[in-house]
Amino acid sequence: MRVFRLGATALTIVMVSATLTACAGNEEETSGPGPVTLTYALWADNQLPAYKQCADAFTRKNPNIAINITQAAWDQYWQNLTTQIASGEAPDVFTDHVAYYPQFVVRNQILDIQPYVERDKVDLAQYQSGLADLWMRDGKRYGLPKDWDTMAIVYNQDILSKAKVKPAELQDISWNPEDGGDFEKLIARLTLDEQGHNGLDPAFDKSKIKVYGFLPEMNDGAHGQNGWGNFAHSAGFSYLDKNPWGSHYNYDDPRLAATVDWYGRLVDKGYAPKFDKQSTLGRDAVMEAGKGAMTITGSWMVTVYTDQKAKQKYAFAPLPVGPQGRKSAINGLSDAIYAGTEHKNEAWQWVKFLASTECQDLVAQNAVVFPAIKTSSDKALAAHQAAGRDVHVFVDEAKAANGTFILPMTDKANEIGEIVQNAMQSVWLDQTDAKTALSAANKQVNGLLS
Amino acid sequence: MDSRPRPPAQRGAARAAWLFLLPVLVGFGLFYLYPAARGLWWSFTDYSLLAEPEFTGTQNYAELVGDAQFWNALKVTALYVVLNIGSQTLLALVLAALMHRLTRSVMVRAMLLVPWLVPNVTVGLLWLWLLDADLGFVNHLISSLGGESTAYFASPTWALPTVALVNTWAYTGYTALLLYAGMLQTPGYLYESAAIDGAGETRTFFTVTLPLLRPVLALVLVTSMIGSFQIFDTVAVTTEGGPVNVTKVIYFYIYQKAFHQFEMGYAAAAGVALVAILGALVYVQLRLLKASSSDLG
Repeated sequence: MRVFRLGATALTIVMVSATLTACAGNEEETSGPGPVTLTYALWADNQLPAYKQCADAFTRKNPNIAINITQAAWDQYWQNLTTQIASGEAPDVFTDHVAYYPQFVVRNQILDIQPYVERDKVDLAQYQSGLADLWMRDGKRYGLPKDWDTMAIVYNQDILSKAKVKPAELQDISWNPEDGGDFEKLIARLTLDEQGHNGLDPAFDKSKIKVYGFLPEMNDGAHGQNGWGNFAHSAGFSYLDKNPWGSHYNYDDPRLAATVDWYGRLVDKGYAPKFDKQSTLGRDAVMEAGKGAMTITGSWMVTVYTDQKAKQKYAFAPLPVGPQGRKSAINGLSDAIYAGTEHKNEAWQWVKFLASTECQDLVAQNAVVFPAIKTSSDKALAAHQAAGRDVHVFVDEAKAANGTFILPMTDKANEIGEIVQNAMQSVWLDQTDAKTALSAANKQVNGLLS
Repeated sequence: MDSRPRPPAQRGAARAAWLFLLPVLVGFGLFYLYPAARGLWWSFTDYSLLAEPEFTGTQNYAELVGDAQFWNALKVTALYVVLNIGSQTLLALVLAALMHRLTRSVMVRAMLLVPWLVPNVTVGLLWLWLLDADLGFVNHLISSLGGESTAYFASPTWALPTVALVNTWAYTGYTALLLYAGMLQTPGYLYESAAIDGAGETRTFFTVTLPLLRPVLALVLVTSMIGSFQIFDTVAVTTEGGPVNVTKVIYFYIYQKAFHQFEMGYAAAAGVALVAILGALVYVQLRLLKASSSDLG
């Protein structure tokens, strides 16, 4: 029986210490002037060094506040965050994204920082226009802008020069959803079959393609940031009656259906890979294999494409000009404070620092992303150019009047993403036509919001 | 079964037995019983994971009955299990018989287990690369032999069979080893007399090996079928339920509902429904195969 008692004792010890830690946890709530460690979560590993520098600079100014940065890859980041929030253990401050932020706001998990912003008179005009408003709802503010990204065409320089295409041809190339405009003609010229015939050649064999002229992203949720969203907007489409926080989606817009059909025609003509013949490893891997001439990419990818170790030589060009002009998705990130944090004041200090020129200039020096503050953004561009990376098209697009649109922001983004993506994929798999599929999807999506 | 009253000495042994069971029971209670009870409670609530659960009675279950996605997930899972267990059991039987009758090399046995030792996520990634339409080795081979390259994980026709066969690849060795262990229990004299009677290898397999393997085969079938129903990681790594839901198996659906769409209550209801279905299946299977009795009189 001694063994049994020993086990019981052990169990008691475990339980007692559990209670003790629970008590200790409660005591911390009265956040005194003592030293505080804040947890800060982000997903981009290539930005970790920059934010470590920010954290060091911050702690030098506020010796009582230490920053503990945790980083997890995109998918795991959101899984972790959700679970942490569900168990009340979320990081004090975390990087936020428009696709995920509405569900946290609706469920009261993000701290309203408007009172702090007013108290400390944060200059909201210093940020790239539109970015600060992304994080507002009903007069409450749920984050300060961190950085932004826009979209552009990335092309393989060798393939273009072999096809005798001059980079200047891409500068203001026209596009429309009916016949694809000059952009489609360019795609055809760049598509090569195994015999070396291009897409305009009558001898072109579309069943044996060596290089595709264009790689469309076909797993792009309900926003099409990496492709169809930009095309559809340049044809006049918009996601919602009001964005952010609209109540009615417009996925039944005929201009969207026409764009989706255009993607389908590119595939039928052999200019783009069929849905069930597409690499699952991502378009950048296919570009690296030299099997694609052009695709659409985001400014967060520039260091990947311009890496010294890249097998191909790439360059960037602005998006094609549609019937309504050139439209690029612009997306911003923010830093949000977890509503359940025990150190609201310290967390605000850190968020304010992250959104200040001091930290964003540090981020700019690392030249990975474009910081939200305009002057820091210019510094990032200069740092990119100094490193030999010509990325001005992304900045030009962000600055163009009426040249950008924001991603759809409503609750239920996850379900909506799946419904719309499935509808589009069923079109590209020839299971149905775009008009039918998208009308049905739109009914379903709006049903979720009502 | 022995039903004689036990002598007093054995009563002490029973106590000791409980003592030995205690650690397992604590684990079972903490990690199975308690979460299961909580899951059952959640299935009657509206629970977003971010706010307190609210009791809604049987509303989740009522919704579940009319949820086309749920039924589709069940159908997909059933199809997957048939493809996976069918191919896996057949292959494993052949391999086990070969090991039993041809070679007893430890090397061969160890090699069969290698795929099973690889973590499932790695298996998924490995095949994702191998079968990639543009850059995969398998498609490279197929096209160099004059065939057409296919994105096996993205094609609506091939995605589910591909996932099933990838898991067959991963688990056949393990299943074969279990069956092989079962075959070793068959006394050697039966094979000798079969040989004296002039039975060939095929005949011996069907009249000696297979009938005497039945209880082991039944157990292996039940456990591997339950395991097969739990297919999740391969799908999560390779197809994420796509294209257009053809590989959206029930576990992946439950996971999406709970952790992507914050409908924990609804996901719990789907989980409870799955427990009921699995329980019924196991019961039927065990009864049909009379797993608890052996033909070896």
